[in-house]
Amino acid sequence: MKDILLLLLSTALVNNVVLIKFLGLCPVMGVSKSMDSAFGMGLATTFVLTLASAASWMLDNWLLQPLGLGYLRILTFILVIASVVQFTEMFIKKSSPGLYQSLGIYLPLITTNCAVLGVALLNVEQHFGLFKSLLYGFGSALGFTLVLLIFAGLRERVALARVPAAFAGAPVAFVTISLLAMAFMGFSGLNV
Amino acid sequence: MLIAIFALAALGAALGMLLGVANRLLRVEGNPIVEELVAIMPGSNCGQCGFPGCTGAAEAIVDGSAAPTCCPPGGKALAAAIAAKLGLTLDLTAIRDEGPKIATVAEELCIGCCRCSKVCPTDAIIGAAKQIHNVMREACTGCSSCIETCPTEALVMKPVPVTLQHWVMPKPALA
Repeated sequence: MKDILLLLLSTALVNNVVLIKFLGLCPVMGVSKSMDSAFGMGLATTFVLTLASAASWMLDNWLLQPLGLGYLRILTFILVIASVVQFTEMFIKKSSPGLYQSLGIYLPLITTNCAVLGVALLNVEQHFGLFKSLLYGFGSALGFTLVLLIFAGLRERVALARVPAAFAGAPVAFVTISLLAMAFMGFSGLNV
Repeated sequence: MLIAIFALAALGAALGMLLGVANRLLRVEGNPIVEELVAIMPGSNCGQCGFPGCTGAAEAIVDGSAAPTCCPPGGKALAAAIAAKLGLTLDLTAIRDEGPKIATVAEELCIGCCRCSKVCPTDAIIGAAKQIHNVMREACTGCSSCIETCPTEALVMKPVPVTLQHWVMPKPALA
């Protein structure tokens, strides 16, 4: 039990996938304009990341390694991730059309979210078991959602603030997220 | 090598089957009238109507926020077909329509800059950089997106040339 909590804490906060490993920055910049769509995007990415890290672990351990096909890892992982994303898209389109509308183009773009592929590859590197890689994916997704929500909240405030014309829009967003990244570096002092 | 090909092919087939089944189970029924309208529209998504593509225009026409005449490439014939499908009465005389037109390249003016082929929604313009371009008649939908991009005004809309395949004998005129 302690193991599980520590793994979740270390993936979500200490080794945060967005702010420490700098993976998956595109959706963080793109979908963080409002809390609602950020929450939806976080949920969709959590679903995809968790499922994809489990599926890629199974493929790697039951198909690629027994056959000695480690060099096809990236190709197969991309294939699996793309299918999981496609499935998620169909599911969201059916279950909540409003969320589907607000996520727009960023939903299919989860396929090319490097955080998803990155976490799957890191899982292989660290020789985790199935349950642990599932947790690793889930923890990373939690960290991703957390950063996305915090950043969306910050941007909603910044949008109302008086920003110098040269900094308005994307520049001030980049400044904000760099400050957020520095704040998250503080978690590396956490003794886990 | 063979194992790799076989394993990946099997994986791809399995995932494809899974998605196919999911597509059946999670199918979202669209508006059938919209789909019928999309089927008779040009389908090149040229954007001249101001809606995002032909599907957007069809949705707007069905819910009444756009007129059936909003499609410039479709012209009179399309407006009449849409009106017939939706049971609307239309004053077709108001549409200025000189019959179907397609883009043509004036060879003596074309400098081969490739700007027109980049905007063509149906890839109907052929020709490489610094080569004279040409328009494939069968592929051109007459959306005239390319006309404005041409720096030398080499592209002009001209009536579809009559060929043996679609020449129709004119009706006898009254004396």
